Amino acid sequence: MNLAILSEPFFIRALLAGLGVAIVAGPIGCFIVWRRMAYFGETLAHAGLLGVGVGLLFNISITLGAVVAAILIALLLLALKRQQQVATDTLLGILSHTALALGIITIGLVTGAVTGHLDILFGDVLTVSKNDVITIWIGAIAVLAVIAYLWRDLIAISVHEDLARAEGVNVPWVELVFLITMAAVTAFAMKIVGLLLITALTVIPAAAARRMADTPELMAVWSIIFACIAAIGGLLMSALYGTIAGPSIVLSASLLFVLTLLKPQSN
Amino acid sequence: MLKINPALISAHALGLKIGTRSILDNVNISVHDREIVTVIGPNGAGKSTLIKVMLGLIPHTSGHIHKRDDLRVGYVPQRFPVSPNVPLSVRRLLTLTHKASELELQQTLAETGIAHLINARVADLSGGELQRALLARALLRQPQLLVLDEPVQAVDFDGELKLYELISNIRKARGCGILMVSHDLHMVMADSDRVICLNGHICCEGAPIAVQKSPEFSKMFGPKAAAMIAGYSHHHDHDHESHAHAHSPFSDFKPGHKH
Repeated sequence: MNLAILSEPFFIRALLAGLGVAIVAGPIGCFIVWRRMAYFGETLAHAGLLGVGVGLLFNISITLGAVVAAILIALLLLALKRQQQVATDTLLGILSHTALALGIITIGLVTGAVTGHLDILFGDVLTVSKNDVITIWIGAIAVLAVIAYLWRDLIAISVHEDLARAEGVNVPWVELVFLITMAAVTAFAMKIVGLLLITALTVIPAAAARRMADTPELMAVWSIIFACIAAIGGLLMSALYGTIAGPSIVLSASLLFVLTLLKPQSN
Repeated sequence: MLKINPALISAHALGLKIGTRSILDNVNISVHDREIVTVIGPNGAGKSTLIKVMLGLIPHTSGHIHKRDDLRVGYVPQRFPVSPNVPLSVRRLLTLTHKASELELQQTLAETGIAHLINARVADLSGGELQRALLARALLRQPQLLVLDEPVQAVDFDGELKLYELISNIRKARGCGILMVSHDLHMVMADSDRVICLNGHICCEGAPIAVQKSPEFSKMFGPKAAAMIAGYSHHHDHDHESHAHAHSPFSDFKPGHKH
C-alpha cells in the first residue's frame, strides 16, 4: 500500500474535481428523489453519450457536446410532456435509448471502436487537468447559486406542482431552469463517475440523507456531506487498492446508505 | 338573480376540447361573496378539470373566465400525494409559498382544529388531518375565494360531517365565497347556496333541494341518490332558514340546456 500516491498532484486534482461535483450532486439528487426523476436523470446521461459522439464527429469539446445534447433532450421532454398521447415514462424510455443508440453508433463511426471510450461510461477522474478542476468549480458555484435562488419555488413544485402554480409560482420557468441545471450537472459528472453511474451519484447520497433530516434544507446539507464523503472514500479506495475510481465513489455512497439504514427512525 | 357586487369569479360558455373529445361544454358558473357553490357529478364528469380551468391551471378552448381584480384564491387540490421522500412538517407545508407569523400559523391551525399538529410530519397525518392542514394552508392567504376539490375525500363519515361544518363556519366567519367539488352524492352539503350538476355540460343547477327534485338529477344519479340527499338536507334544515329566504329553492331552479 503506497500512501505517497495521496499527495501526488493528479490525486489532489481528482479529489478537488470529485468534491466539486459532489457538492452539486447533493442538492440536485434531493430534487431527483423528491420529484421521482431518477429515470429522467438516466435519460439525460444517455443524451450525454450522444453529445460525446457529436462532439467527436465535429471535433469540438466532448463536454460541451454532452452539455448541449443533454439540454436539448431536456427541452424536448419538457415540450413533449404537454402532449397526452404517450405516457411520460414511455416517452423517456424511447428518447433515452434512442439517444443511447445514436450515441454509440456515432462514436463507433467516428473512432472505429466504442471500446476505446470506456472512460465515458465509467468516468476518468484520475486524469482531470487543472483546467477541468477550475471549470468544474466555476460550474458548481454557478449551479449552487441557481438552486439557492430558486429554492423556495423548487420545494413548492416538488410538494405539489398544481398548487404551486395556483399560488403564483412560475412553474414552466422554474422547471426550465432546473432542467438545464440538471443537464449541465449530468454532463460534468460524466467525467467523474461516467454516464452509467451519474444517477447513482445524485440519488444515493440523497436517499441516505432522507433518513437523517426532517427538513428539506437539512436533507440537502446531509446529501452534500454524504456525496463528499463518498467522493473522498471512493478516491482513497481507488488509490490504495487500485480499483476504478468512478464505481468506487458510487460504491462508497451505497455503503453510506446501508449505514444510515442502521439509524433508528423516530416513528 | 340580481347581485350588486360582481362575482368573485365567473365563467361564460366555457369549453374545453382535448383532441376531438369534449371535456367541458358551454359551462356557465359564478361564485359571489359569502356564497357556497357545489359542483357535483359522476366520475369523469370534468369537475376537477373545471376547477383547474377556472384557476388557470389548464387553458380552456372556448368561452371566457372573469376574475375580480386582485382576487385572492385559496386552493385545496383533489389529490395531494404526500411523498415520504420529502421531509415536511405541517408548519413548513403551510409556509411553502406564503410567509406567515407564528401567531397567524397558530390561529389558522386552531381555526381548522389541528393546532396541536403544527410540528407533525405531513406524511404522518390521517386523511382528515391532511385536509384540515391543506384548508389552513389555503386560509392563511386570507382568500376571498376558497376553491375546494373534494374536501372530504379519504375522510370517514363522522369526519365528513365535521369537515362540512367547518367549511360552513369558515364561510360565516370570513365571508369568503366557496367553490366546492364533490362526488359523494349522499353528502352534498345542504349549506350550499347552489348545486351544479356537471356531466361535461351543466345538467341542472339550483338550490340543493330543488336540484335533488329535478328529473335531470334523477336521470343522472338515480332516484335513490336523490332520496339520500333529501335525508341530509332535511336533517339540517333548522340551520338554513336564512339561506332559504335568500334563495327560494324552487324559484331558483333552472334546468340545464338539453343535448
